[in-house]
Amino acid sequence: MELSTILISLLGGVLLGLSSAALLLFNGKIAGISGIVGGLLRPVPEEWGWRAWYVGGLLAGGVLVYALHPSAFAIQVHRSLPLLIAAGLLVGFGARLGSGCTSGHGICGLSRFSARSWVATAVFTATGALAVFVLNHLGGGL
Amino acid sequence: MRNAFAFACGLVFAIGLGVGGMTQPAKIVGFLDVSGHWDPTLVFVLAGAVGSYMLAYRWIRRKRHPVFAMRFQIPRTSVIDTRLVLGSAIFGVGWGIGGFCPGPAITSFASGQMAPVVFALSMLAGVALFDLTPLGALPLGARWQPGKARESAPGAAASAPTDA
Repeated sequence: MELSTILISLLGGVLLGLSSAALLLFNGKIAGISGIVGGLLRPVPEEWGWRAWYVGGLLAGGVLVYALHPSAFAIQVHRSLPLLIAAGLLVGFGARLGSGCTSGHGICGLSRFSARSWVATAVFTATGALAVFVLNHLGGGL
Repeated sequence: MRNAFAFACGLVFAIGLGVGGMTQPAKIVGFLDVSGHWDPTLVFVLAGAVGSYMLAYRWIRRKRHPVFAMRFQIPRTSVIDTRLVLGSAIFGVGWGIGGFCPGPAITSFASGQMAPVVFALSMLAGVALFDLTPLGALPLGARWQPGKARESAPGAAASAPTDA
């Protein structure tokens, strides 16, 4: 891995950390994407608006990145349609059941030394590695 | 003002994902592929994110309240229950298969490619599916206990809506 790749990865991470910290500083909220998205589907008055704006920001950021640097969205992992659908369902359902995902547990939770988030992150990293092992090394990528 | 800052935070988060390479499923799958060509990118992204959030958090927590809100809404539950472990396990399997987690999935919508669009729509369906279960009917973040509608600690659900 080249030094430039390491530095740009760190920079990307710092942007994620600062953005999440800003949401806490200004709005008092934990930047958990699955929770924010989940709250859009289960509207709570007063909480729906900021969540919609946050997701709007994510989409706008995506458009911006795509306009400036489309290769940031390179898809080099090719999964069949049924697998993609299954993966999406598992991620959506699992994140809600486990009360968080890679942002809420992974970034905010690890930083706060939340025991729950450390356990969650260890578990989803382990099962993720297991899924990749089964698919790539036993299933031929399907 | 809260909405404007929420929008700005979402925008910067999406840029951070793009800069860090997290919108490329190959980086995620490569990180999880410990027995193949391991890709450490995610480690550096996480180090940058956790490092900066940790420092900022120490400073922010000294404040009495957020700039535009009455109080900080930070989860206080510390119970490691089946729900947390099972949900995270299910999440991880989907993360490993698709190479997307919720943030990158939504951000990648912008590229209009089939994979992230199919993944993101399925993810929303998964969230909606969860809301149809008895657990989904509970207040956000409440712990499920057989025969008990919600967490017993008064105000716990309100003060700790969810981890994420």
